[in-house]
Amino acid sequence: MKTGAKILVESLVHEGVDTIFGYPGGTVLPIYDELYDSSLRHILVRHEQAAVHAADGYARASGRVGVCLATSGPGACNLVTGIANAYMDSVPIVAITGQVPTTLLGNDAFQESDITGITLPITKHSYLVNNVAELGNVVHEAFYIAGTGRMGPVLIDIPKDVQTDVVTEPVAVPEKVSIRGYQPTVRGHPRQIEKAASMIAEAQRPVIYAGGGVIASGSDAELMRLAETLMIPVTTTLMGLGAIPSHHPLNLGMLGMHGTQSANYAITECDLLIAIGARFDDRVTGKLESFAPNAQVIHIDIDPAEIGKNKAVDLPIVGDVGHVLKEINKKLTEQKVQGPWNGRLSEWKRQSAESEVFDTSLLTPQYIVRTLSDILKGAGIIVTEVGQNQMWAAQYFSFTRPRQWITSGGLGTMGYGFPAAIGASIACPDETVIDIAGDGSFQMNIQELATVVQYDIPVKVMILNNQYLGMVRQWQELFYEKRYSYTEMPSVDFVGIAKAYGVPGICVTDPADVSDAIQESLSHDGPFVLDFRIEREENVMPMVPAGAAINEMILGDKR
Amino acid sequence: MRPHTISVLVENRPGVLSRVAGLFTRRGFNIESLAVGTCEEPGMSRITAVVIADDDIIEQVKKQLNKLINVIKVSDITYTDHVAREIALVKVAAEAGQTRAEVMQLADNFRARIIDVGTRSVVLEVTGDTGKIDALVSLLQQYGIKELVRTGKIAMTRGSKTVSSKK
Ligand SMILES: Cc1ncc(C[n+]2csc(CCOP(=O)(O)OP(=O)(O)O)c2C)c(N)n1
Ligand SMILES: [Mg+2]
Repeated sequence: MKTGAKILVESLVHEGVDTIFGYPGGTVLPIYDELYDSSLRHILVRHEQAAVHAADGYARASGRVGVCLATSGPGACNLVTGIANAYMDSVPIVAITGQVPTTLLGNDAFQESDITGITLPITKHSYLVNNVAELGNVVHEAFYIAGTGRMGPVLIDIPKDVQTDVVTEPVAVPEKVSIRGYQPTVRGHPRQIEKAASMIAEAQRPVIYAGGGVIASGSDAELMRLAETLMIPVTTTLMGLGAIPSHHPLNLGMLGMHGTQSANYAITECDLLIAIGARFDDRVTGKLESFAPNAQVIHIDIDPAEIGKNKAVDLPIVGDVGHVLKEINKKLTEQKVQGPWNGRLSEWKRQSAESEVFDTSLLTPQYIVRTLSDILKGAGIIVTEVGQNQMWAAQYFSFTRPRQWITSGGLGTMGYGFPAAIGASIACPDETVIDIAGDGSFQMNIQELATVVQYDIPVKVMILNNQYLGMVRQWQELFYEKRYSYTEMPSVDFVGIAKAYGVPGICVTDPADVSDAIQESLSHDGPFVLDFRIEREENVMPMVPAGAAINEMILGDKR
Repeated sequence: MRPHTISVLVENRPGVLSRVAGLFTRRGFNIESLAVGTCEEPGMSRITAVVIADDDIIEQVKKQLNKLINVIKVSDITYTDHVAREIALVKVAAEAGQTRAEVMQLADNFRARIIDVGTRSVVLEVTGDTGKIDALVSLLQQYGIKELVRTGKIAMTRGSKTVSSKK
């Protein structure tokens, strides 16, 4: 005799879950009662949005499925943004929500909301469990769906009576999941792979465009083999940072709206574009017609729906990126790409590096991120908020490995970084986890300072505080004649706030203090807040105006 | 842009219709017609939807439909030789006498059946492709159509080829 709540908790343990992030309420009381003496660790956040972002950060840092739990109605609705965020970035999470009892469903009962309906377009799949006998199988399926194929969020909505109902006969849950309508293609088509290998061998000016799929599938080593065997330069998307070390000679840097000159020029001039686990997002391609205009395109992706969605593809290969790359690599023979292409590239790389120079006599965000990067020497996990802070982090931190970079790419969710950093820190307790924050974004989930104190989660928050919604201000400066409409935010005493929660902090105003302040935060055994009062109107450069071709970059004023 | 006839084989689960419809509505498309019913396989349903859109957009929506866990098979049969039928029930104002005689004559020409006769109206049942039903409806308009119900189009490819789950 087991209740639904007990089955749920046991199933989670069976799936290998060690930690869940949640917030209680009326319709999840039976589950919380079960958690009371379970081995499962539960982190009580201060807002459900933080629970789902933390589960997401946990998943990205560890490669395992993240789990969050919320009550029905307001609790479930507070998960929505985070579920959409995980959906856009293909992050495997399982979100569990309580629901009003089955007898009240559809009655506008207290704290009822149709959360499976609300999240229909932002979940990979969802379940409304109305029979306790199905629960064990549902949980097993949910983890399978979330964590295979193109990964994504799965929601399980469990009415309260299903949590208290008992199964008398134990229900067998087959270990191997078989779902008729869900059979992701793992192996690439051999003929396509053959063709890819010969297209790559024949190309004069090939470029690899690597996205988040390389990280998700753990295929960075195969990517490197492909690039190094034929000396093919690599550019990564925001989501693909870490797939190739920042300092690798073949790395052109990030492409797209805030990409490097080298990456954007190389894309424009290449004759073969090898897109790997990437989806030709508009922030990457700019004006589509001018994106890789002279190139044949090979597109490798696990999701057939991404092939040809935005850009016509000459050779599609549907399959797991790691598997496909491995097969392609088997067919390649060493053959150096012609000198001129690599000569062009090194010239562009030199130009890009030049534009990265910044004034060290001022407190600039670039200098802060670079200093952090130098101090960490390739270690650590960098999580970001959204806006200029995110782009400076992407541009100026030197990444050495996959899963070291955690950012809200597709949805661009302000408030993501701090809770995601909590999740990452829980997943990787031995890593230094930094949230590079904006003053606006941090205030969207600042209440989680209470959580890091309660559980002593040693996340370091580095606020690049410009007292602006900086990225929006930048657009207003460039495209709206500096009409700064509602983007200025008066100074907040972040150190004072942190202190009130019990977190130490330092406010930095002088560039000479940056290094020491960072060192101090890192050597402190616990959470820490750094409030950097940066140059207020610093811009993220280079920048491709929305809708322009990616080689039409504004390079900005060099300091 | 042209009407596409899409046949979707789905597991008969709660929410599956919303999921399928959602992939059209998120693009602001209207579903011109929709027919859902059980099919040759137990636990499965077949959805036939008619949507007006460009070929490449339909191709994209098809791929997205295929990603839905409860969707087993999606076919755009627009360009495949197929038979299609729709049923309409039309309640026409037709007092006994001259008008009614005319309506019944029309019904006869369209091989429609009179399935209910009231003092002031008759109900016609007509089966055919969309064009035939449109034609009858427009002819009946002059008498006054009190109510019109159409099932939406159902379709099937000709010959022994099937739109079934066997890949
Ligand atoms: C939840 C949410 N609301 C609004 C936006 C639009 N937006 C994008 S960047 C940005 C400014 C972010 O300000 P801040 O966190 O201070 O970062 P900064 O750009 O100044 O580094 C805003 C408002 C968003 N991305 N997310
Ligand atoms: Mg700011």
